Amino acid sequence: MLDKTAENGEFKYVGTRPQRPDGVDKVTGRARFGADMVMPGMLVGKVLRSPHAHAKIKSIDTSAAEALKGVKAVITAADLTADVPEAEYDTMVNCIAHGKALYDGHGVAAVAATSQAIANKALKLIKVDYEVLPHVTDVEEACKDDAPLLHDNIFTEGLEEEPTTPSNISGRVQFGHGDVEKGFAAADTIVERKFRTEATHQGYIEPHACVGNLSADGTGELWCCTQGHYMVRNSCAAILGIDISRLRVTASEIGGGFGGKTTIFIEPIALALSRKAGRPVKVVMTRDEVFRATGPTSSASMWIKIGAKSDGTITAMEGLLKYQGGAFKGTWVSLGCMTAFACYRADHMKTVGYDVLVNRPRAAAYRAPGAPMAAFAVESVVTELAEKLGIDPLEFRLQNAAKEGDQSSYGPKHRAHGLIETLETAKAHEHYNTPLGPNQGRGIACGFWFNFGGQTSTSLNVGADGTVNISVGTVDVGGSRASMCLMVAEELGVPYEKVRCVVADTSSLGHNDTTDGSRTTFASGMALILSARDAKQKLCARAAKIWEIPEEAVEWVDGHARPAGPNAGEFDPMSLAEIAGKAETTGGPIAGHHEYNARGAGVSFATHMVDTEVDPDTGRVTVLRYTVIQDAGKAVHPAYVEGQFQGGAVQGIGWAINEEYIYGEDGRLQNPGFLDYRIPVASDLPMIDTVIIENPNKGHPYGVRGVGETSIVPPMAAIANSVSAAAGVRMTELPMSPPRVLKAMDDAKA
Amino acid sequence: MRFEAPTTVEAAVSLLAAETGMARVLAGGTDLLVQMKSGMAEPDLVVDIKRIDAMHEITPEDGGFRIGAAVPGIALGEHEGVKAAWPGVVEGTELIGSTQIQGRATMVGNLCNCSPAADSVPAMAAAGAIARVAGPDGSRDVPVEEIAAGPGKSNLAKGEMVDSVFLPARPANAGDAYLRFIPRTEMDIAVVGCGVNLVLDGDGTCSEARVALGAVAARVFLVPEAAEALVGTKVDDAALDALAAACSAAATPIDDKRGTVEFRKKVAGVLARRAATIARDRAKGSA
Repeated sequence: MLDKTAENGEFKYVGTRPQRPDGVDKVTGRARFGADMVMPGMLVGKVLRSPHAHAKIKSIDTSAAEALKGVKAVITAADLTADVPEAEYDTMVNCIAHGKALYDGHGVAAVAATSQAIANKALKLIKVDYEVLPHVTDVEEACKDDAPLLHDNIFTEGLEEEPTTPSNISGRVQFGHGDVEKGFAAADTIVERKFRTEATHQGYIEPHACVGNLSADGTGELWCCTQGHYMVRNSCAAILGIDISRLRVTASEIGGGFGGKTTIFIEPIALALSRKAGRPVKVVMTRDEVFRATGPTSSASMWIKIGAKSDGTITAMEGLLKYQGGAFKGTWVSLGCMTAFACYRADHMKTVGYDVLVNRPRAAAYRAPGAPMAAFAVESVVTELAEKLGIDPLEFRLQNAAKEGDQSSYGPKHRAHGLIETLETAKAHEHYNTPLGPNQGRGIACGFWFNFGGQTSTSLNVGADGTVNISVGTVDVGGSRASMCLMVAEELGVPYEKVRCVVADTSSLGHNDTTDGSRTTFASGMALILSARDAKQKLCARAAKIWEIPEEAVEWVDGHARPAGPNAGEFDPMSLAEIAGKAETTGGPIAGHHEYNARGAGVSFATHMVDTEVDPDTGRVTVLRYTVIQDAGKAVHPAYVEGQFQGGAVQGIGWAINEEYIYGEDGRLQNPGFLDYRIPVASDLPMIDTVIIENPNKGHPYGVRGVGETSIVPPMAAIANSVSAAAGVRMTELPMSPPRVLKAMDDAKA
Repeated sequence: MRFEAPTTVEAAVSLLAAETGMARVLAGGTDLLVQMKSGMAEPDLVVDIKRIDAMHEITPEDGGFRIGAAVPGIALGEHEGVKAAWPGVVEGTELIGSTQIQGRATMVGNLCNCSPAADSVPAMAAAGAIARVAGPDGSRDVPVEEIAAGPGKSNLAKGEMVDSVFLPARPANAGDAYLRFIPRTEMDIAVVGCGVNLVLDGDGTCSEARVALGAVAARVFLVPEAAEALVGTKVDDAALDALAAACSAAATPIDDKRGTVEFRKKVAGVLARRAATIARDRAKGSA
């Protein structure tokens, strides 16, 4: 597929850094986010949430709320469809509890009223009779035989023998190759350690918000803040029992998602309230609700063992990963197991994972879901093993790095990628060779993410003035509209400013998978390149018609149709604008489109380097310097690629040092707000330096790889390696908050 | 909810005294409005004191300064006289919230919110600041550390409000400092706070000292043993060690989401040592 590369010097627009098309609207406040939509007659919807971590809902009395003046609808689980498809069942139950509240913040009922004050008052009038049950929020505790059981119909899947008793362990998975026992027997040095990480939230600044308008006949529209409006449409239609074609969903601008907006929380509630009230209903979450009921990522308990020969060759890698996915079955531990050893080549690898149920919100995707915590554990052990062997940790990684043709830890053989280049670049980087001061340490770590293609549908329309409109169905979370315009400009040979991109609603294009898996610039981008090639063919045909020569005698060069050779005849090249201007008389509008299930997404590897300083008296960690080196395949808009690198590093710094979900003895979340859930503020951070490596992905016409997720995989490990060096003690638990670091240092001294 | 904006302290006090439900005073509103928005506070009456002229004034008095209850942090931070006399108090107040919050948040509001972690209060207590309480029966003067009864609870009687805080005059060779521990660099709440105020005599010996701790007990409190550890010394390493030990011993924190008992006790000593060093250097004119 790769047919245009930097080497042959063909790029004119791709690789430049123009202003983003959505920039002016965003800096002037004109851009409309989830909560900015207003519909005539709109009501305010609010959700009543469980104050208990685990409780049977014996009854719900909504009569007093319904009787309150200004209340137009009250809904409970009974107002959602009874025969929802199995695939959507957990999603529905996560929106509104069915019979049992499974975590603090679990939705129980909802009201729509003429004002927020009335809606809040109505919530207080709903009487829920709870029978409080024992709860469990810790991943290890939940695995114990005597732990409170969340679901009596979940039996551990993936065991050799089918279990006869239900369990909080919903599944066991295993990946790998070779025989690790044999591998460890061949090792001269082995390091094994246990690690813990706490759950973190994606921390997007924009809370979930939507406006739903659903009529009694099942026709409706929904405006919402999401990473995937087709996903929203399909899930809501299933939960409400309506045809997907009757529900038109429009995605608003989005104030961050990071994976957390790849599922639904309030959207079917707004629609169900609207259907009952006969008026549009707007639901906007508070920050408290965002923390208690959406996101977060899994917390994890892990054990890693790696062995190597004294010459530095890794002989075996083994891991046991337990991830809690909240109160519902999750898939995140599988991704942790698959990615854990992906940066390395070893004959013997084995990872076993357990998906564990606890009384916490259902874990949602968070940027390379499942991978960062596994990388934290693995990369910590890799550095420790290198130190034990007396080998520089970077050299050790170079020596054992996975290369093209090697058997990967997750199944297929590695194809060409840029891991080695990121390590070589790190080694030669001025950062790596700068001396450190007292109480300072330097850490490095590598990271991997698969990336994804997926179902995609795009269209391209040529305007009469020669400008171009493109429509995608993938939400622009990280500046992708700019990248789309660049790729179309490149392909058609028209200036970037003449191409405008919209994220079309669900009724305007074929199905599009959600913006996730770092897929949008890759998959929608390739679809648009193919749409543009489709349009170019039609443009050439129109020129052929005007010139009265065969279509195949016309070629498209540098934004113009021209005769393909001397035999085709002598005609002056026609620009896109000239051909478009004559479209009415040559066959009507000119468009291109493409629909496919995109394959060939290229993996992306990164190496991160970080310097930290630890206050020996307080355990406080300061991040002094940070460098991200990552393979982008081809950076379409380098500024946004760098932004992705920096954003992942910053979220990783938060996860490493201070962010954590803190549950009390009562199973309630103690810190559902940005005061005590500590994401880094600007002054906590150094400038994050970046180096873009371009090892082209052969599965994309321009060599593009997804870049959005890999950047959060190495940070916690790199910081742990750095802090451990600065503090003089190996840190094995996240976050490395001041009390934890100080205690580790004091314990090491004692 | 009723909203009133009287123009005299007397009118404010009568409104507060007459209210049968919950009454709250609004100065900058950076605590109150957040509490109301989150549903933590649902007052029946809000009395805005910003229409009372005297509440905005910083007035020289007996060689010190009287600071009105509606003076925002940003105004305090721009007052050369207060900054020169009580840099620790000013810095403590300036740590509250962001630049935008500083335009509204007041020292007296921070005091009356009665958080044990209030950033302006340890420095004020160390400074010997006196709150003037206006009430139905007239005015009374109360040391700032006696305003709070516990987290979110004050010792003010019904109808009473703090209309100003008095910061006393400074002798020569005096210095103060406030430090707090937060996991981040700003926009955070103190896990431990420590204010130190000291006076040196001609040869550099500490003649007077006051040390206050925040966020390690139900309210901000003075630590006399810590002050005694400094008085009569040159504030040298041995004195600082004794100060730190006294502060660690006096701290009675709880384990919570912001820190452990062990951590807070230790860091109380660390901060006291660092704050005393700054105060000493300021007193010597070298900082």
